[in-house]
Amino acid sequence: MEVMTKEMLESIKKVEATRGSRIGAELRRFSAEEKEELLNKYHPDYIKEQFATLSVGANKGQKAPIELAAMLQGRSRVLDIDVDLSKADYEADVLVIGGGGAGASAAIEADSRGANVMIVTKLRMGDANTMMAEGGIQAADKENDSPVIHYLDAFGGGHFTNKRELLKKLVMEAPDAINWLNDLGVMFDKDNDGTMITTHGGGTSRKRMHACADYTGAEIMRVLRDEVINRGIRVVDFTSAIELILDKKGRAAGAVLMNMETKEVLVAKAKTVVIATGGAGRLHYQGFATTNHYGATADGLVIAYRAGAALLYQDAIQYHPTGVAYPAQMFGALVTEKVRSIGAQLVNVDGEAFMNPLETRDVAASSIIRECTTNKKGVETPLGHGVWLDTPMIDMISGEGTIEKKIPGMLRMYQKFGIDMRKTPILIYPTLHYQNGGIEIKEDGESTKIGNLYVAGEAVGGVHGRNRLMGNSLLDIIVFGRNAGRSVAEKIKNVEMPKNSDLTIEHVKKFEEELLRAHAESGEISPKLLPTYTHGRKDRQHA
Amino acid sequence: MDEMVNVFIMGKQYSVPSSLTIMNAMEYAGYRHTRACGCRAGFCGACATIYRILGDPELKFCLACQTKVEEGMYIAQLPFFPGIKKEYDIEKIKPDESIMMQLYPEIYKCIGCGACTKSCPQGLNVMQYIAYAQRAEYEKCAKESFDCVACGICSSRCPAQITHAMVSLLARRLYGKYIAPKSQHLSKRVEEIRQGSFDKEIAELSGKPQNEIRELYNSRQIEK
Repeated sequence: MEVMTKEMLESIKKVEATRGSRIGAELRRFSAEEKEELLNKYHPDYIKEQFATLSVGANKGQKAPIELAAMLQGRSRVLDIDVDLSKADYEADVLVIGGGGAGASAAIEADSRGANVMIVTKLRMGDANTMMAEGGIQAADKENDSPVIHYLDAFGGGHFTNKRELLKKLVMEAPDAINWLNDLGVMFDKDNDGTMITTHGGGTSRKRMHACADYTGAEIMRVLRDEVINRGIRVVDFTSAIELILDKKGRAAGAVLMNMETKEVLVAKAKTVVIATGGAGRLHYQGFATTNHYGATADGLVIAYRAGAALLYQDAIQYHPTGVAYPAQMFGALVTEKVRSIGAQLVNVDGEAFMNPLETRDVAASSIIRECTTNKKGVETPLGHGVWLDTPMIDMISGEGTIEKKIPGMLRMYQKFGIDMRKTPILIYPTLHYQNGGIEIKEDGESTKIGNLYVAGEAVGGVHGRNRLMGNSLLDIIVFGRNAGRSVAEKIKNVEMPKNSDLTIEHVKKFEEELLRAHAESGEISPKLLPTYTHGRKDRQHA
Repeated sequence: MDEMVNVFIMGKQYSVPSSLTIMNAMEYAGYRHTRACGCRAGFCGACATIYRILGDPELKFCLACQTKVEEGMYIAQLPFFPGIKKEYDIEKIKPDESIMMQLYPEIYKCIGCGACTKSCPQGLNVMQYIAYAQRAEYEKCAKESFDCVACGICSSRCPAQITHAMVSLLARRLYGKYIAPKSQHLSKRVEEIRQGSFDKEIAELSGKPQNEIRELYNSRQIEK
């Protein structure tokens, strides 16, 4: 087992010494000005040299993280192969790309309205960030709450940059989303009388975080996956979409697929396409570790961008304040915000609670970075530094057994590496968590630029503005997944199945030519599909 | 520099740093996962792994992303297991005894060997939750099985050929939909929204200029 350093052990003593006096103490929240300053000085989004200007495409002239820009301006796989569009291997009314929560929700809703739906997913159905969302899902369904207050919280948390009509949809359809999940058999935490047990998340003004212990996303995903299978919806797994196919009018008409195991190239044609490919954590912006799923490489953004879609807030990334800083085996993994929701404070090397633990994520991450850099109050670890999340407080505040009941996944994860979070605090540091931006859509989920192309979930930009609140992403994938499913079910009534002779991927060539003209080609093959890891081994060469 | 250990991936020997998880050690050795890798954080069950330490007769079971390598570890993975998943309409079934009998009758062939429980990488009492399912005690089955990641290891060990993860998923859905108490406040709110009770207020708020909303935000009351 990993052994804590002497410095860590000494610091833990200080944390223990101050714990009693910190319990029950009211921790001041930052003023609007203080938040502004923190973000400007410490948030990774504000480090100019980490962003590149896009030279081609709908967002030409705008900034994107260097690693994302390299993908958006990368080289398509189809340039080096002859894709035969004269025959289609698959045909569907609705082609859903991505087998996470948004894709599953879209598929279920479209299927229930009679559409012939096919899901294509790079790994297994359900292998997605949804599966890993631990903390909860927001919805204003309590007496002291309303969708209006939810709107205000999310709009403020998003620094007033959320697309208003999308945010309105998010909050207004939230209670129905919970209801829908509940009716599908999702096991929400409830009191004996059926009242949903709800807590705060960073930036919420009402306790509206619904949860299924700390397996909220996993519980939702396994139920949605089961429902997809029960409905007999076609799932083509271990298959990625490497390019969109358009029709002669420039509307989405399918996708070029690649079997991840055999590398066989396949053609799927469809009346409508739903991109539900999720986030980009595995691009490891600025070298950050990530909480994200293995397949989170922004594939949908890349193929949609090449086809002419516009992105929104592609430069706004969410760093989750509490990623694992120690032990090394879990480095970067998510420590759910729920740990703070139920009482754990953020504490520095000297045992001081240096901030209110329920600030919004961007502010909290910035404050932790400041504590470890300028303030020099971080705790050194073998892989860098971090601050304490004082977990033993939780059972002291709410009674023994609270951790075991409310955050069993967290407890188990740490136990597997020899740490009992009920007895010792845990070390955390910000980790790359969420893509706030994505493809720009209209209220019905359709791309603002490409007809018959719909987008749902983390691949969408604008719902959360430049910063998302905890619990609004699980909500987003359900609300906008269902929304896209309903929209395409309507849309297909007025769309003919494209003729094979009308299918084209010429847009890929055109995009490449523009890249070459602008001398902006990154040379990297994109979409990336999966990351490559060597874990420090440098001398590795492959034939 | 980390101490190195020898592991045997599908029987082939590699020298890897001792601090790595099995999943990372395979990548260090040169593998790039397509199978047996998903969330990399212990939630998705993709990386079910079976191993034996050289000289020790005991077979062990784990998730590759949650387990460190050890000297002499012989590693095999189970990225897919051909379990049984029965299709059903959640709207039409009832949380009674007949449903398990109908969909998963093999659970009644459980011989009580406990191989499932012994092999669970989540430390669940699998045999117990199957017993609850046999007796249609769906609430107990749901709660006992809640942390299941459907890795399939238990099914690979079961002489009665039960697909435990699918049985417990059915029990949880039955519990969540039919047995758990209903949330009156939720149905009330859904109805209020349907009737347009918030339409005016939300239109007003979302129509305000940014500085006014900013003021409302900064002065909003936060529930204790």
